[in-house]
Amino acid sequence: GPAMDLFGDLRRMNKRQLYYQVLNFAMIVSSALMIWKGLIVVTGSESPIVVVLSGSMEPAFHRGDLLFLTNFHDDPIRAGEIVVFKVEGRDIPIVHRVIKIHEKENGNIKFLTKGDNNEVDDRGLYKEGQNWLEKKDVVGRARGFLPYVGMVTIIMNDYPKFKYALLAVMGAYVLLKRES
Amino acid sequence: LRKNVEDFTGPRERSDLGFVTFDITADILNGKKCIFDWNVKQLFLYLSAEYSTKNNALNQVVLWDKIMLRGDNPRLFLKDMKSKYFFFDDGNGLKGNRNITLTLSWNVVPNAGILPLVTGSGHVSVPFPDTYETTKSY
Repeated sequence: GPAMDLFGDLRRMNKRQLYYQVLNFAMIVSSALMIWKGLIVVTGSESPIVVVLSGSMEPAFHRGDLLFLTNFHDDPIRAGEIVVFKVEGRDIPIVHRVIKIHEKENGNIKFLTKGDNNEVDDRGLYKEGQNWLEKKDVVGRARGFLPYVGMVTIIMNDYPKFKYALLAVMGAYVLLKRES
Repeated sequence: LRKNVEDFTGPRERSDLGFVTFDITADILNGKKCIFDWNVKQLFLYLSAEYSTKNNALNQVVLWDKIMLRGDNPRLFLKDMKSKYFFFDDGNGLKGNRNITLTLSWNVVPNAGILPLVTGSGHVSVPFPDTYETTKSY
């Protein structure tokens, strides 16, 4: 059957063909990494695409939606904007709206955020003793969005077996694919 | 777009706290068309106060917000609204501040695509009085 054919294929491939396929695979991975790095440079954000992890911005964004960010240095932070920020010391990006800003003449700004779907502002989420966010806490400003697409990463996170299965299938496909 | 306000300030700890009541009459449009086209899922409307103080060159505080879903009436006719959120200044910059500008803006949330922020035309300038109110019923 097909499983035996696959094994047969594998054994018949000589070393040269295997190296070729591995290089092909490496090239695909490198190109993907380059595109990602390119996006980081072009948008100015360390994480230009993020997945919404919670329901705190419903009904606008739901868990699994994808957000596209920019983080240009000269872009001023203004009330009403949707920012993605990280609390100092924690790795999880939070997507909420700016509800208050106080900006000095020299451009130093401190601001407060709140999720649309939350009753209270984010002060409880900030670090102990921290009352405001600053520019350095911002990962980016939400400029565009696609619904549902990010669900794949959430599923891969919650069900690691799914992630390994997916990687195994992808790996097998690339290694065994014949170029005519 | 028209807003109507009366207000007074009260000291809390060491920062000024302003109280604002307002009316909003607005018709949200996209140029001349209805704002709710096939790719608009909802609008996030917010009323923000913008002003300058000695401490800070620019301050913006969101006083009130509302989510308007596709299918809701894009015309607003609200009277005697109180601000949803506390209007604290970072310091004492509200007392005697003659130039607080209230603007209505909205974030368009599409079904998919760009997330624009639009500021409505028409804004109202509000002066705060020079003295604090010592008692008030809110």
